Amino acid sequence: MIDINESVMQFLLAFVVVGPLLGAAAALLPAPPGLKGKSPEQAVLRHGVTVTGAVLIAAIVLALGFDHDHPSRMQATTDIRWIPALDVRIHLGIDGISLPLLVLTALLTFLCALYTYFKTPPGPTPTAFVALLLVLESGTLASFAVLDLLLFFLAFEMVLVPMYFLIARWGGEGRAEAAWKFILYTLLGSVVMLLGLLLIGLRAGTFDMMALATDNGRSLTTSVQVIAVLAVGIGLAVKTPMWPLHSWLPDAHTAAPTVGSVLLAGVLLKMGTYGFVRILLPIAPDGFRTFAPYLAAFAVVGIIYGSLACLALARRGAKGDLKRLIAYSSVGHMGFVLLGIATMTPTGVNGALFANIAHGLITGLLFFLVGALKDRTGSTDLDTLAQRTGAALYGRAPRLGGLLAFGAIASLGLPGLAGFWGEMLALFGAFDPGTGLSRPAFLTFMAVAAFGTLLTAAYMLIVVRRVCMGATGEDTPHLPDVRRYEFAAWTPLVALTVVAGLWPKALLGLTDPAVQQLLAGGPR
Amino acid sequence: MSALAQPLAASLVQSVDWLAVAPPTVAAVVGLAVLVADLFVGGRRKALLGWASVAGLAAALLLLLPLLDGDRATFCLTGDTHACSYVADPFTLVIQFLVLGGALVAALLSVTALKDADRGLPEGEYWFLLLSSAAGAALLPASRDLATLIVALEVASLPAFALVGLRHGDRRSSEAALKFFLSSVTATAVSLMGISFVYASTGTLYLNRIADRVQDVDGQLTTLVHTGVVLTLVGFAFKTAAVPFHFWVPDTYVGAPLPIAAYLSVVGKAVGFSGLILVTVVALPSYADVWGPALAALAALTMTAGNAGALRQRATRAYSAVRLLAWSSVGQAGYLLVPIAAAAYSDDPERSIGSTVAYALMYAAVNLGAFAVAALVGRTKPRNRLSDYRGLYASRPLTALLLAFFLLCLAGLPPGIIGLFAKVTVFSAAVDAGLGWLAVIMAVNVVVALYYYLQWTALLFRAAPEGEPRRHPAPVPLTAAIAVTAVLAVALSGAPQLVLRFADTGLF
Repeated sequence: MIDINESVMQFLLAFVVVGPLLGAAAALLPAPPGLKGKSPEQAVLRHGVTVTGAVLIAAIVLALGFDHDHPSRMQATTDIRWIPALDVRIHLGIDGISLPLLVLTALLTFLCALYTYFKTPPGPTPTAFVALLLVLESGTLASFAVLDLLLFFLAFEMVLVPMYFLIARWGGEGRAEAAWKFILYTLLGSVVMLLGLLLIGLRAGTFDMMALATDNGRSLTTSVQVIAVLAVGIGLAVKTPMWPLHSWLPDAHTAAPTVGSVLLAGVLLKMGTYGFVRILLPIAPDGFRTFAPYLAAFAVVGIIYGSLACLALARRGAKGDLKRLIAYSSVGHMGFVLLGIATMTPTGVNGALFANIAHGLITGLLFFLVGALKDRTGSTDLDTLAQRTGAALYGRAPRLGGLLAFGAIASLGLPGLAGFWGEMLALFGAFDPGTGLSRPAFLTFMAVAAFGTLLTAAYMLIVVRRVCMGATGEDTPHLPDVRRYEFAAWTPLVALTVVAGLWPKALLGLTDPAVQQLLAGGPR
Repeated sequence: MSALAQPLAASLVQSVDWLAVAPPTVAAVVGLAVLVADLFVGGRRKALLGWASVAGLAAALLLLLPLLDGDRATFCLTGDTHACSYVADPFTLVIQFLVLGGALVAALLSVTALKDADRGLPEGEYWFLLLSSAAGAALLPASRDLATLIVALEVASLPAFALVGLRHGDRRSSEAALKFFLSSVTATAVSLMGISFVYASTGTLYLNRIADRVQDVDGQLTTLVHTGVVLTLVGFAFKTAAVPFHFWVPDTYVGAPLPIAAYLSVVGKAVGFSGLILVTVVALPSYADVWGPALAALAALTMTAGNAGALRQRATRAYSAVRLLAWSSVGQAGYLLVPIAAAAYSDDPERSIGSTVAYALMYAAVNLGAFAVAALVGRTKPRNRLSDYRGLYASRPLTALLLAFFLLCLAGLPPGIIGLFAKVTVFSAAVDAGLGWLAVIMAVNVVVALYYYLQWTALLFRAAPEGEPRRHPAPVPLTAAIAVTAVLAVALSGAPQLVLRFADTGLF
């Protein structure tokens, strides 16, 4: 949109990746004179807001300077030799696929830092919290910006340790076990993924994603592709998470602090689906085609399973935890994303990328809201909240209730909001899957997934019914309504949900050319 | 002297390239000098012996520099410059750097340990034994005939037995030394037998000649050669603490003075695997189908056994921190064996060997770092339990951060980038050689190992137990040891190419 010098763009992208790391190191040092603030805690929390804010601004400038006429071209690329022995290069770049995810990550992390500034989670020192948050941001941003397989693996691993500590130190009940489950599951997946990446890199002679994508799997035999897709796919599927490898997710979400849940659902899960699109689709198309029907089948099972689990949790007397419910709904939503990718069509993949962003916005908002609810009532247990008639949030805290209802409606995919387009496009893609894929099978998947949307609507409406509505008596305590900082943290998410719902072209215009290019043989 | 006698004398008196043999020689000579000096130095000045030894090791390290310009060989057969007993090629130099550097850090740790022991340990003997063992370990990678190899192996190990048992009147220490000694001697005897079989069937002890001749051995002798190869390997497998020769490790590490445990965990391993590399890749490449599968199986068993042992450590048991490091070093030995096994299947065995060397360098730096921190903590909490590390961040923030970094390097997880990429080279050697099953077993082991490394790391940042411990100032040598290893580990994480380049070039 605006013309920015290429070297400035390069610098901005490098800053986006490295900036948070430097910020994390700086957070551990004592504040310099003049920036001490009221207390060391306040100073370090402000430091977190400043750094994530600067990164967000850099990301927005990147988005503005991005050449929107050629979103399929890699832009702001840097390519430096790092470890010649392993052929690892520091190769950074963004195109229409990674740019939205990059901005989403920067935005969500900034909002989390802002929220933390006003509402510090109970636990050990905020210094460590801020440092871990920044390392986490750097890792996620790096995984969307790097174009080298081994560097992608490095970034993929970089988020594990900070997320582990965020859950284990600042989490709620059962946090130690949940944190272990998270890190051991993901690490097992990612080590298997490393083997697949090495197989690709060693057989093709390069670890560069661009070169590999342009090659489009021509230098890899089909059997190598099949093994590589299986290995890499398992790693990514654990992260996404795909049913039946999802079982770490509900525990991690339930135990994590609010900010941890927001980032886990909003950003970390996207690293898995992004890997499918960026690595597996263009680099090993033949291998992916072999597994696409299975991936789609698992995705559809995930959609139904997630919805049924949510329905079971939403029932009266099920002692369902609201955070757990949203976590299971993530399994369902990510099922749509995986279904879209498995169709191997531009429509489906575009839908998947759209659903990715939408899920990040909406689920991020929902976790924020549930966290706020927990701060006010001290519980996320649906039965405790709802009592006999319902929690009556509309009456007790009308704005909070309204936002929760908005989030739920957006999540169930109401047309006009962000959740709709991604799922619809994914279903469209399944209606007419790519060449070499069985159409009847995908039609079946489509039908089952469509049924899944109904189930999603059902449990979301039950949640709204039980949390927002209900009778208010004289004795029900009033709840504080949305505070100013909460408005500040949530408004961007609400606004973007509406914008993406009403003007999907803003996003699809970016992703579509890049996806077309990717499926046809790699970015230029 | 007659004209006839001159060439005869020339053929009898070898010209020795003293510069090439300088690094191990300096270590040995300084060791002897310290032993003699011990007789004349008064009780108060015994610390000088320690600093002299440290200086000797540093000098030996510096003497590696002039050798960098090219391959040198000495103690060659007259008339045949290809059959040499001592070769200073890149492989030799890297391993000598590792061994002498490891010994130097162990010596720094020892200076404090000896001071704290307050004459509980005989200083002159201690330094003599340490330096002799280091000299043997530095000789080993350079030796290119089986006799020199065995002599070097024994020079490296015999002083180590004595060092382990050096604590007078300590029952555990003597028991550990005895265990170590008996299992080691058995292994050496077995491998000597193997070497004699190989010699009997090929008629030479030079490694490169064995490589040539072993291919066309008389048909009747094939069984003999096979047996010889297997028996020779057994001896070296023991030194790397590979399964099933690993049982001596935990007891020995706990019984030995901590610096010696650190020394054994790094230098002992280096001795074992460099010997293995010389015997397998240099001497017996044509028997790759025998030692390849054997080493692969050994690697898988070793890493699994080591990690299983480490998992079983309870945090409150005495010396559990050292035990954990001991078991984890068994697991790491398994990773070190993977590329050697892969060399059997690979078209380019030198690259695989390079992966082992790169991994060993990384492991040496971070493992010594972890031991150095353990030594520091052990000064105030002599039982060195894992639970003693609880809340270390509160009392010593920098030390705790560094230990966390070392442990994450060992686990191979960012921010320990060098650990991650060292594991990547090992994995890539395995995948490249088509050893997919071994790579998968290693992958599972990496995850298992993460559990105990991360658990320890997490412990550092817990709230400290009540009663804020008094801060003891860290002694200079210990600080130096931690600083050296930390600088190395951090620098390598920024520029992994520094060690990973060995995985890309020919070492021999």
